[in-house]
Amino acid sequence: MIKLENVNKWYGSYHALADINETVAKGEVVVVCGPSGSGKSTMIRTLNRLEAIQSGNIFIDGVDIHARSVSVNALRSRIGFVFQQFNLFPHLTVLQNCTLAPRRLRKLPAKEANDLAMSLLERVGLAHKAGAYPGELSGGQQQRVAIARALAMNPPVMLFDEPTSALDPEMVGEVLQAMKGLAKEGMTMVCVTHEMGFAREVADRVIFMDQGRVLERATPESFFLTPEHPRAQRFLSDIRSPMAGGGISLAS
Amino acid sequence: MLDIIQTYGLYYLIGQYPNGPLGGLLMTLILAASALVLAFPVGVVLALCRISPFAILRVPVTGMVYVLRGTPLLMVIFWAYFLLPTLTGQRTDQFGTMLVALVIFDGVYLAEIIRAGILGLPRGQMESSRSLGFSYLSTMLLVILPQAFRNMLPSLVNQFVSTIKETSLGYIISLSEVSFVASQISAQLPTKPIEIYALLGLTYFVMCFSLSRFAYWLEKHLAVRSAKV
Repeated sequence: MIKLENVNKWYGSYHALADINETVAKGEVVVVCGPSGSGKSTMIRTLNRLEAIQSGNIFIDGVDIHARSVSVNALRSRIGFVFQQFNLFPHLTVLQNCTLAPRRLRKLPAKEANDLAMSLLERVGLAHKAGAYPGELSGGQQQRVAIARALAMNPPVMLFDEPTSALDPEMVGEVLQAMKGLAKEGMTMVCVTHEMGFAREVADRVIFMDQGRVLERATPESFFLTPEHPRAQRFLSDIRSPMAGGGISLAS
Repeated sequence: MLDIIQTYGLYYLIGQYPNGPLGGLLMTLILAASALVLAFPVGVVLALCRISPFAILRVPVTGMVYVLRGTPLLMVIFWAYFLLPTLTGQRTDQFGTMLVALVIFDGVYLAEIIRAGILGLPRGQMESSRSLGFSYLSTMLLVILPQAFRNMLPSLVNQFVSTIKETSLGYIISLSEVSFVASQISAQLPTKPIEIYALLGLTYFVMCFSLSRFAYWLEKHLAVRSAKV
């Protein structure tokens, strides 16, 4: 479904992604984690061309998406993307946020688009907020609307870039719940997240990145219980007990 | 004051019309309204050029903005007055000349306001719309500009109010707008300049004040609709 081959990206002289080789099968849920600045967000943003790459290839359904001939808009409409900052459109209601793309891009008639949006909002438990504006919702609710908005284009792949990092702790659960529901229905998902509970429960595979490289790939159980790479061991002990000794060395 | 209005009121309002060309306050209103309506889309297009990734659009428009911003409106009017007939090969009337000058001059100022409004939005708005599959232009029209306009409204109104007042510079190319008509009346009544120019001042104030109030109402109305963010 998704295949990265020798992907390299530089910001000036900074090597943001170094020789990434990765494959995500259809229906697979992959969690990407790693310290801040490790390249995980950059990596997921290259998957829908929000970031350019300097060498290598990324294939989605066999299409080389960074090729010049690929229509970037058609490509992106088939990849759902959920951002850390939700990025709902504040001038539109929740319902309009979810119907904008289906109506304009999939050319659905108003009624059909509304029904689709309502059923998706129902799925994330927010049908009763359809008429509200994003500014009237909590962070967790906004992120769930963002998930519904992405699903409205009926994408075969969903990408999540730290979907719960900007949320108050008590709202993390509701967003993860919506994501778990998706995973169980067989959606192909790549999630950048540090939510270990989520990774344990639904991920097929965990990828650990640091300094633009993939240092470890493993099943959730073995990654969280017996991480192999020393950097992964330190990372896991840091996020489990941030106050303990090694906490300061995160930036190293 | 009353007798002036009785004698010259109609002349003040519509100029010599219907026995001569339309003028006076009505011409000022038509000129200001056309200038606003035309300068606004020009401003949007110039603003989009200013932030375009394509140098072929960005560089000339940026140059134009800098040149016009560093030039008094009076000079732009003279340019239009002398240059337009040369360029088009036919005589341009004063109204057309003044309109072109206002549209170009205010279009440039509006472009800078609109550019600031667009750049003031979080980058995530563009990214999330593009991620759904919208093109750059659709994103601008559906997502970015509607939000930017709300934020820009106070500055836009400022510029619109300026435009109304700038129509008075039509005086120097003998456009028979309301200031010109007032000076004509004053020439016929050399003893009453204070009354006449007080009336003129009041006229401009009422126009500008009404626009400001309308904009204020619009601002509140829009704020209620989209709630706080």
